[in-house]
Amino acid sequence: MSKPSEASQPVEKDNATSSRTPERIDENIVEIVSDSGEGAQKAGQTFGTISAKMGNGVWTVEIIPAEIQPPSRSPAGASGIRVRLGSSHITNMGDAADLVVALNEQVLYSRIASYAYKRGTVVLLENKWRTDPDPKIREQYETSVAEFRKNGLIVREVPMEEECLKLTPRPRLGKNMFVLGMLCRIYSRDIDKGNNEIEITFGRKGKKVVELNQQLFKAGYDFAENNLDYCYEVPPWQRKSTERLIVTNGNQAMGLGVMASGMDLVAMYPITPATSASHYLADVYDKVGGFIHQAEDEIAAVGFAIGSSYAGKTACTITSGPGLALKTEFVALAVMAEIPLVICVVQRGGPSTGLPTKVEQGDLLASLYGEPGDSPKVVIAAATIEECLHFVIMARKLAEAFRTPVILLTDANLATGVQPYPRPEAKAEWMAAPIDQSAWGKDVPPFDWDEETGLSPRPVVGQLDGQYVLTGLAHTKWSKVAYDRESNQTGCNMRSRKLAALYSTLKPPKIHGGEEGDLLVVGWGSTLGAIEEAVDKVRVEGHKVSSVHLRFLSPLEPGLKEIFTRFKKIFTVEINYSDEEDAPLITPGNRRYSQLAILLRAQTLVDVDCWSNVYGQPMQPGLIYDEINRRINLMKGEN
Amino acid sequence: MFGLKADWSVDIKQRYFALGDYAGGEARWCPGCGDHAVLTVVQRICRDKQLAPEKSVAVSGIGCSSRLPHYMGTYGFHGIHGRALPVACGIKSRRPDLDVWVATGDGDCYSIGAGHWIHAVRYNMNMTVLVFDNGIYGLTKKQTSPTTPLGFKSNTHPQGAILQQLNPLTATLGISNVSFVAQTIDWNPIHLYETIKAAHDHRGFSLVNIIQRCPVFSKEVSQHLQDDQSKLLLLTHENGIAITDNALRLFPNQQIHDPSDMSKAYDYAFEMSPLPVGLLYQNADVPCYEDFSSKGHDMGVEEKLAGFNAALDSVAI
Repeated sequence: MSKPSEASQPVEKDNATSSRTPERIDENIVEIVSDSGEGAQKAGQTFGTISAKMGNGVWTVEIIPAEIQPPSRSPAGASGIRVRLGSSHITNMGDAADLVVALNEQVLYSRIASYAYKRGTVVLLENKWRTDPDPKIREQYETSVAEFRKNGLIVREVPMEEECLKLTPRPRLGKNMFVLGMLCRIYSRDIDKGNNEIEITFGRKGKKVVELNQQLFKAGYDFAENNLDYCYEVPPWQRKSTERLIVTNGNQAMGLGVMASGMDLVAMYPITPATSASHYLADVYDKVGGFIHQAEDEIAAVGFAIGSSYAGKTACTITSGPGLALKTEFVALAVMAEIPLVICVVQRGGPSTGLPTKVEQGDLLASLYGEPGDSPKVVIAAATIEECLHFVIMARKLAEAFRTPVILLTDANLATGVQPYPRPEAKAEWMAAPIDQSAWGKDVPPFDWDEETGLSPRPVVGQLDGQYVLTGLAHTKWSKVAYDRESNQTGCNMRSRKLAALYSTLKPPKIHGGEEGDLLVVGWGSTLGAIEEAVDKVRVEGHKVSSVHLRFLSPLEPGLKEIFTRFKKIFTVEINYSDEEDAPLITPGNRRYSQLAILLRAQTLVDVDCWSNVYGQPMQPGLIYDEINRRINLMKGEN
Repeated sequence: MFGLKADWSVDIKQRYFALGDYAGGEARWCPGCGDHAVLTVVQRICRDKQLAPEKSVAVSGIGCSSRLPHYMGTYGFHGIHGRALPVACGIKSRRPDLDVWVATGDGDCYSIGAGHWIHAVRYNMNMTVLVFDNGIYGLTKKQTSPTTPLGFKSNTHPQGAILQQLNPLTATLGISNVSFVAQTIDWNPIHLYETIKAAHDHRGFSLVNIIQRCPVFSKEVSQHLQDDQSKLLLLTHENGIAITDNALRLFPNQQIHDPSDMSKAYDYAFEMSPLPVGLLYQNADVPCYEDFSSKGHDMGVEEKLAGFNAALDSVAI
């Protein structure tokens, strides 16, 4: 857990002046929480952008209510944003927040229930509820504030509404810029950069709107300067100054990847949390000549993409777990008939409708083994927002080179996390080549399998003499339906062999930390940042702990068994379900492991343990840190 | 020399396609099955219109009807049950240059694929959709289909079908953007040919419901129509299906019907007896989805790179 020191400073008003020296800190976690529609996310994103422009590492993540229009002042309606900023590369949302701006007290309850705060977290709380005409609200407010204080939160009541009313008759609309102003002062942000961002954000709405928001921003800034005694400096991250950055969330990154890969069709059906990728593409895709097809259902979406791919235009479908389940039969067809296809799966909590807006890594095994029969395909997982972009490019190339569907797994954590990262230098070779319409060799079968690799070139509709009938039935290399024993065995061999061929081109994963040691943490997907942060922390404390993070899940990356021999114990950290060892009725004989652990145990025959949860929250470094320590202590006891 | 081309010869490769160029594997349907007639007609139309075999695709789902691509000499896509239409639409979406045929059946299209049927009509992509309607599931051996008549005995309803049959014509006519709906019979090769040809000539989603004989599992469904031609009502019009006078004589019941008249089309479609054959409805002015979906399909790499960089600019800090 991050230290609460800064937050436990005295909080009552002092006669601070602008000459006060800011306290240097390495990082801080800030939240803005409100009812939805109060602009908390806009304020937070702007704060994140300003911080990134000042050279800080930044990770922002939105706090999204489960309902579209939840009642105001209710815990379920908590909407807002978390911004983690620091003097180094920030890779995850971190643990408990250091400072929170709350526009009402009720929304804080849902965050407290999510363990988002700690003793010493500073809460800057809108105080207008103290004098609300409704006695119930006044009572709620007073009770809550007392309760928060009793539980260790440092509540500082701030007259935000009152201050904003001095500038606008509709403070609800402008309060977020007041909040932004306070935060910019507290964290010593550049005031010009703030004004500039407001200009960018509101420029389209006209000069008046820009000016009002800049005045509110200034008011917040001045208020904090004159009334609040928190003042920090987060020095910039020492990175190459020439490096150009872009800021996106993971779904936008995925959309950019689609564009960069030269894929000119995405077929989708709305599903949370994947849809925003398509929203983004719908805005910009025509710049690269692409088209978003909103299909009538998930099945039609993948069928449409398969049709396009079959006709030579390799396409992509973007979905989440329930959508993947519906697409299963078509995915199997793409495997059977060797149709290149990219399937992006933004994972959410399951099973069934599950937790639509929340994160889980529960679709790994469904991706690998979801189809009836043997259905080998490539499965890769992005571990960072930047990888969400680059892995789409890789996925299209793999799909075409290996004539196979490729499932790219991301999750709600990556989808909604926002981060600056290096701007990619677009390359022509990332783009799909124009389709080949030259004549096909008359004596070349449509599945001219290389016996060793299973690879074969693919005839594209329009190629003279390439005519064949693609079929989902068992078939020969001439794509002729064949029910005989040899043909089916050969087809399965060839499709499976492609994964072995891909495996032979992969490098073993890099080990984070020492090459050998006591404990090895294995992860995949969005947990990368949290795992490495936790590992770094225990290593500083002298423990021999390392981690590896897998990007390729099918085929698995090579060298794992050998790496595992260099550590005394190995366990996976995942956001999917596993039985706890000491849960009722659980024995070594019936314990259900988390999904990567099942894969690793089967593939390596090493006794890989697991530690996982399904809280619907991004994995927090503090929790992993605690678990690593627990295991280290257990090992000490065993010795 | 002097900027003149040295070689003025024009390389014209005359390709003439014979019926054999559209033939694939040997058809394996049962003797007496109406599917043979449809296949022959499709191949003849391809020949008569001299469609390049490599630029045509026959797409199907699963069922007896869906074997058709295997017997064609064009490209073919024999996919999964009920899903021919999404695949066909996907093919057309970025390759408007391709000629797309769909072979499907009453189970494949009107039951498991019903959702796609409705929406494919709305997309109105230029393709010829042949529904082989024999009122039964044949490949899986005699189960009730949506168009099985009430009371007809099948393996799933040995006491007789308990639901009124679905009317694919009124259903299709009820979908917005509908642009071509016709019905024909497989045992009249002239009407079959002219109907499918008119469907292929139409730019848009042309659905032809073909009353198709299954001599093995649902002979009775169409036998009475073959025995007594007065159970059919031939729709004629100068904008409808043109057939020869000889062929006209086979239909005792005839009715002039303007295919632009939706209201009348619905009235005829609603009547199951006599059963209408001919062009029920056509509207050539409905926009085709591929006119939107194919925008930019031929964009060059340079332009795409510029577009991508512009997208990056808007998220740059």
